[in-house]
Amino acid sequence: MSGLRYVYAVCHPYESPLQRQLSGVSGAPPKRLTHHGLVAVVSTVPEHEFTEEALRANLEDLDWLTATARAHQQVIDALTAVTSPLPLRLATVFRDDSGVRSMIEAREEELRRVLDRLAGRVEWGVKVYVEKPPESSDDSRAGRPPAKAASGRDYLRRRRDQTRAHDDVWQRASEFSDRLHATLSAFAEDSRMHAPQNAALSGATGRNVLNAAYLVPRADSEEFVELVDREKDDVPGIRVELTGPWAAYSFAGEFSEDPGVES
Amino acid sequence: MTTPSRLPDPYGQGGGANLADILERVLDKGIVIAGDIRINLLDIELLTIKLRLIVASVDKAKEMGIDWWEDDPALSSRARQNELARENAELRERLAQLEPARAQREEAP
Repeated sequence: MSGLRYVYAVCHPYESPLQRQLSGVSGAPPKRLTHHGLVAVVSTVPEHEFTEEALRANLEDLDWLTATARAHQQVIDALTAVTSPLPLRLATVFRDDSGVRSMIEAREEELRRVLDRLAGRVEWGVKVYVEKPPESSDDSRAGRPPAKAASGRDYLRRRRDQTRAHDDVWQRASEFSDRLHATLSAFAEDSRMHAPQNAALSGATGRNVLNAAYLVPRADSEEFVELVDREKDDVPGIRVELTGPWAAYSFAGEFSEDPGVES
Repeated sequence: MTTPSRLPDPYGQGGGANLADILERVLDKGIVIAGDIRINLLDIELLTIKLRLIVASVDKAKEMGIDWWEDDPALSSRARQNELARENAELRERLAQLEPARAQREEAP
């Protein structure tokens, strides 16, 4: 049995080989399948893990999902080092090579259009977090219950101050995020706002208030990174995180709508 | 593992990216092409997957007060309905505000 074909990305033909010893989802090395002048990067995956039924169960399995997502991203990441891939969503699977070829033929025009759009560009992720306002952490650090108030009025005053400090932080964070996003969007070719990340999932401290992606030409990436560095200030209580360079994931999905806006 | 040299890469993979960054992209972004194995990640409820990373079950999550997805129209059909309901309520409220104002104006002259 030959297994199924897992497709990671579609690319324009590229010269440089991928890093050696790169292993894809399920361990098999990714290879190129060239058709109609486009390259699909595929690897063989075992049938027992990737039939519809198996996938449905596997995707619910945290360990499997994590391993698969990381392997998928690792291949995309290796591709991003040598070309500007159009990443496919996780778990795009065909029966055999001819299925992949048919897909390329069927969607050739769209694929080319997006690849042209993304050529020479990468995605940078920028997130803004609000740390807990210092007031509340003071109390917990000292290990005392919201310090004994001398009177009801004292208590209320302290509560009011805390609330005000908290509101200040939010207000500042919101203004800061707007400003940062405006600056970065003006520099980038395109941008996308994503839903804020849940702290439990990301493991990050603080609350995520801005989660955005920016499409930036490779050549301008250094400048973009410097720009983020400059802009991130030292606003108390606010933290900026930069990730990338990613393949242009956030700008790959919408190409079915709006045909030919660019061209 | 070694990474090939590339453009400015102070925050390369593993550097700043957490699992949420990766999942958000591989599950939620990237182009959707129907393969021979038809699996629609949205059908399996992305939020279930995301939740499984956090707690054992949706019910457990609700118990713990983790219900952020319910307010996200992109993730929850209920949030979409809620949004409609909220809009309706807002419109009704606005109407209620306008009505007496108009009534007063009409009485005034």
